[in-house]
Amino acid sequence: MTIDSALPALTYILIFPGFVFLAAYGLFLQWFDRRLAAVMQNRVGPPWYQPVADLVKLLAKEVIVPEACDTVMFKALPYFAIAAVVTSALMIPVWTDAVYSFQGDLVVVIYLLTIPTVTFFLAGWSSTSPYATIGAMRVLTQLFAYEVPLMLSIIGPAILAGTWNISEIAGFFTSHKIYMLAQIPGLLVALLALQGKLERVPFDIPHAKNEIVGGQFTEYSGRLLGFFCLAVDMEMVVGAALVNAIFLGGTLGAFGILGFAVFLVKTMAVVFLLVLLKVLMGRVRIDQMVRFCWQILAPLCLAQILLDIFIKTLNLN
Amino acid sequence: MSKMTIPLGPQHPALKEPVNFTLVLEGEQITGSAVNLGYNHRGVEKAAENRTFLQDIYLIERICGICSHSHTTCYVTCVEEIAKAEVPERAKAIRTLVGELERVHSHLLWLGIAGYEMGFETLFMYTWRDREQVLDCLELVSGNRVHYGINTIGGVRRDITPGQKTEILKRLAILEERTKYYVKLGTEEATVLARTQNVGLLPHDIALERGAVGPTARASNVKRDVRKDAPYLIYDKLDFNLITHNTNDVFGRLVVRVLELVESYKMIRQILNYLPEGPIAVKVPAKIGPGEAVNRYEAPRGEDIHYVKANGTDKPERAKVRAPTMANYPSVSYMLDGGYLADVPMVIAAIDPCMSCTDRAMVYNTKTDKVQIYGWDELRKYGIEQYKKKGVDFSKL
Repeated sequence: MTIDSALPALTYILIFPGFVFLAAYGLFLQWFDRRLAAVMQNRVGPPWYQPVADLVKLLAKEVIVPEACDTVMFKALPYFAIAAVVTSALMIPVWTDAVYSFQGDLVVVIYLLTIPTVTFFLAGWSSTSPYATIGAMRVLTQLFAYEVPLMLSIIGPAILAGTWNISEIAGFFTSHKIYMLAQIPGLLVALLALQGKLERVPFDIPHAKNEIVGGQFTEYSGRLLGFFCLAVDMEMVVGAALVNAIFLGGTLGAFGILGFAVFLVKTMAVVFLLVLLKVLMGRVRIDQMVRFCWQILAPLCLAQILLDIFIKTLNLN
Repeated sequence: MSKMTIPLGPQHPALKEPVNFTLVLEGEQITGSAVNLGYNHRGVEKAAENRTFLQDIYLIERICGICSHSHTTCYVTCVEEIAKAEVPERAKAIRTLVGELERVHSHLLWLGIAGYEMGFETLFMYTWRDREQVLDCLELVSGNRVHYGINTIGGVRRDITPGQKTEILKRLAILEERTKYYVKLGTEEATVLARTQNVGLLPHDIALERGAVGPTARASNVKRDVRKDAPYLIYDKLDFNLITHNTNDVFGRLVVRVLELVESYKMIRQILNYLPEGPIAVKVPAKIGPGEAVNRYEAPRGEDIHYVKANGTDKPERAKVRAPTMANYPSVSYMLDGGYLADVPMVIAAIDPCMSCTDRAMVYNTKTDKVQIYGWDELRKYGIEQYKKKGVDFSKL
């Protein structure tokens, strides 16, 4: 590989749509989330630079590693989480087709997005403190609850579009806009499952502060905690972009600056829905969440898949 | 799965005051629990013996930041009983009014805390915003938001003007409107129901056996309310219902408190319309007694008991306080056993605990199996030595 071809690849990973873009937009979305929630709750909310200030403050603080834990793993985990999220961003269309687009990238993204959750579990488990251990167990239990509905909800649109390529699914819905209406149940399930993935109310069970203080991150501090928080923010961007591409037709055929603007507006709209879910309810218990995901969300997804298969056969005839 | 012991407190996000619950967990399930008190014993009773009856009002007001009026009213009633002072009817009405406004502010505060403990922050923000209305009323009446300082021996310190009356009625209308919304929210919202129903069960007979008081007892269908059982102030002239619920769980306690809000609004209207003409205080001599009196008062958290003994000087010989939280602690350990870790904050919050109001300290020698009694000077010496061992020297203070 020559330097010429290596350079753009590096820019993709480091700048756009990789680390820098994800971090900047992730921090913006964190502010957007906090501000919207504040307005809905009749509060003022933080100024726009608050997430940046929080991150800078955390980066400057001392890192304390518990004596009893596995030091190397404890320190490496936040970077694994960030790397997995940044890699998954490369396969998601931002203003045009994704940087790396191939048949089956949908499956790859789903698996890459599981890695941060696994690092959260390992982070809690390797901390060895009681609160973190309980948090870690909850992370894993929660993973088994929301992961299946999330995957099932994404299969429906893929079957309808007849492809495993995210960019092609977005393209399909751009040209067949009316089919988007049939995806509303799947979209709702995906939003709820995403809420579980991002560990937000009503599924912020792993780090429920009234019960287990900081949950899996209890022992984390300083730079390492900052990177974990950043990974969660980035995951929100990727999650919103994924929902946008799969259920809402991506950029709707717009290119360049206009396409980018459409992307921003639509991901913010997805985040708006996530905020709405967050402020409308309280936290549920882990057993209630597992029951809800398997008894309500999973069957709903199966119904969605059946509907999509039905539409597809109708179309072929 | 192996058993795990986790501490909840004395410093914990779910607790606003220092107390420790040691929980033995099997997975998410609790198999054993213990309550440890004594982190914030302030020696209020002892301090009360060194102050005059009048000064003690302001000390006793500071037992609790939320039910401050309950404690002072209970205390001054004891003192007036010993002094055989006849409190004017108007003063009694004003005391009742502030007492009911205090109940409204305490129950709204509790509703917010309950929302916070179940992760429902919107409920927390909403109730605390609306609570400002009643705090404004209290400020209007007494000049203060939290420690009203309206009681004095023989009556009250401030009168209520017709202007204040219309202002309170105006704010009451807003609160009534909002409370309708909370009744609807508390009984219909899915996550609130999921987190409160069948959580922290306290059956009727256990509630009686463990001596639960206040809304905790009433949610277990125990008809226990000092305002009805032994009416004090002007409660015998007011028309209100005793709210009980039969679900025995946190949901019942929520419903009882929210419906008590509605009853309190009703009472505040009645008091404002009743308000007899006349003086607001009578003169009581500074030196009282000898004699003793014990009184009960229905604080927002339950039955509050004060005992005062006077010996003819201007200082009490003994003042004794039993805050309602003390009576509810035995029920907490029953409610925690067998529950889930996720429900612990809800169960503890459901008794509306006030740790510092109720704190007790006792020196127990495990070797000789005896309780040791310390005098004031001995205790001071013991404290200084204890901290010297930790490297802090207080002996020069």
